[in-house]
Amino acid sequence: MSVEYKTTFASIDNFNKGGVQMVSGNIKDYVFSNVYEVAANAAPYERVVVAKNLVYTLESCRAEGESPWYSCAHDEFAIAFDYDVEVHYIKMDDTSFIDDEKDGSFRLDGKPAGQYMGKITLNRGHQALLPEKVAYSFKAAKPATLVLQAILGDESTEKWSDICLT
Amino acid sequence: MTNLTAAVNNEQTGYQNFSAGSFTFRRDEYFAYIDYPDGEYVMPIDAFLKALMRDIAWGFFYGTVNFDDVFGTTNHYGNVDMFIGSMNEEYVNNGKDFLENFPSEQLMEIFQAMLSDWTIEGFDPFAAPQETGTAWGPKNGNNDEAISRTRQVAQRMIGIPGDTEVRSDDTGYTVNRHFTDVDQSQPVVDAEPGFEDQIHGFNLWAHLSRSDVTWNPSIVSICKQSLLCPTTEEYILPVEHGNDRVEWFVQVSDEIIWDIKDGASSKPRASLVMRAGDVACMPADIRHQGYSPKRSMLIVWENGSPEIMEKIKDGTVPRVGVEF
Repeated sequence: MSVEYKTTFASIDNFNKGGVQMVSGNIKDYVFSNVYEVAANAAPYERVVVAKNLVYTLESCRAEGESPWYSCAHDEFAIAFDYDVEVHYIKMDDTSFIDDEKDGSFRLDGKPAGQYMGKITLNRGHQALLPEKVAYSFKAAKPATLVLQAILGDESTEKWSDICLT
Repeated sequence: MTNLTAAVNNEQTGYQNFSAGSFTFRRDEYFAYIDYPDGEYVMPIDAFLKALMRDIAWGFFYGTVNFDDVFGTTNHYGNVDMFIGSMNEEYVNNGKDFLENFPSEQLMEIFQAMLSDWTIEGFDPFAAPQETGTAWGPKNGNNDEAISRTRQVAQRMIGIPGDTEVRSDDTGYTVNRHFTDVDQSQPVVDAEPGFEDQIHGFNLWAHLSRSDVTWNPSIVSICKQSLLCPTTEEYILPVEHGNDRVEWFVQVSDEIIWDIKDGASSKPRASLVMRAGDVACMPADIRHQGYSPKRSMLIVWENGSPEIMEKIKDGTVPRVGVEF
């Protein structure tokens, strides 16, 4: 008998969270959350840290409407986990204000002056480079979940007690 | 004294024996026999070869690679312990454990030679059980092509010109039988003239759907020392990975059940069910083994920072990912 396999993904409006069955110890040790649930309960473009290892983070971000413009001294990466999200890029005329030693993304004061580099339209499972010292902005027609590979910075929000199993 | 050593007739089976320090390894048609000064330990040959494959592919990995509850290796990054019972409470409490340390390169060379000789034609220890032949029987050729696959490691991001290529039919990676429904479209990149090679995206889920191995993470993007290491999983992780640092998982599709035991004693601690979108952290003092009923996509997220190594050496590495 041949089997037709169905791959189960999820989305900000349709997820089925798993869980932890404890034998001993503390459930909080597993820091168990769900990126869709976090995005569903977040403000637009709030970046909620869902994984952290020293300064490095994975952040769940609810994309909805147009985001502010951001930049960063180092590369970051964005993965669309469910619905379409556009990423727009600008090569800034002036990057001298960026502190090379500062980790994490930061918000720019409006749309920066510079050359428009183009856009990438991400669908489910697509990953985009957010290059160092380039300005970027997201745009989503309806709520969507982004997961960002990043470093703890000004835009990162930590609220572990709110998002994790306890 | 009773001689409990199994009789293995290499003349009949055609396999070689291998020695590393006080350990001797022998195989017959069904089992691997590990002789050490205090006795002999036996494992099914298929389980042994699958675990050996991961230990080699991961370069002894982070922490301990338990082939099962008794035999394994612990990486000290430059040298490696090989042990019987050192991570098993009963062996330790009764003084039956045995451990020997080796330069990593020396043990790796022996392991590679053993895997090459003991893996027969048609058996791929990287593959899911339904996608390979068996490890059983007498010596019958080899499968060096399968066991010499190296994991794909991006320098910055998969698909960037000059970096590791995105998997495709053209590069020899076909869509796995469990992922035929995964969308293969690539992101639309509308780059302005002159910026074509500066903005980049690719379909990570499609890339994963074409993985030809199980339980073997590759690296797709690097943010300083942050390594995004997605992988596809099916059936059972062939080792119990004993953490020496925290390790994060993000389940992308389907479901994995993680069996969590104490890292030192092997006593049960917890069971995690991870579904699409779930995030969990493996503490630094546990061992974990995953069960994936259908081929699934998992992001393993690692921190390759030298600072972690220093913290492991001085005993200050955090036991949990976050305290809250």
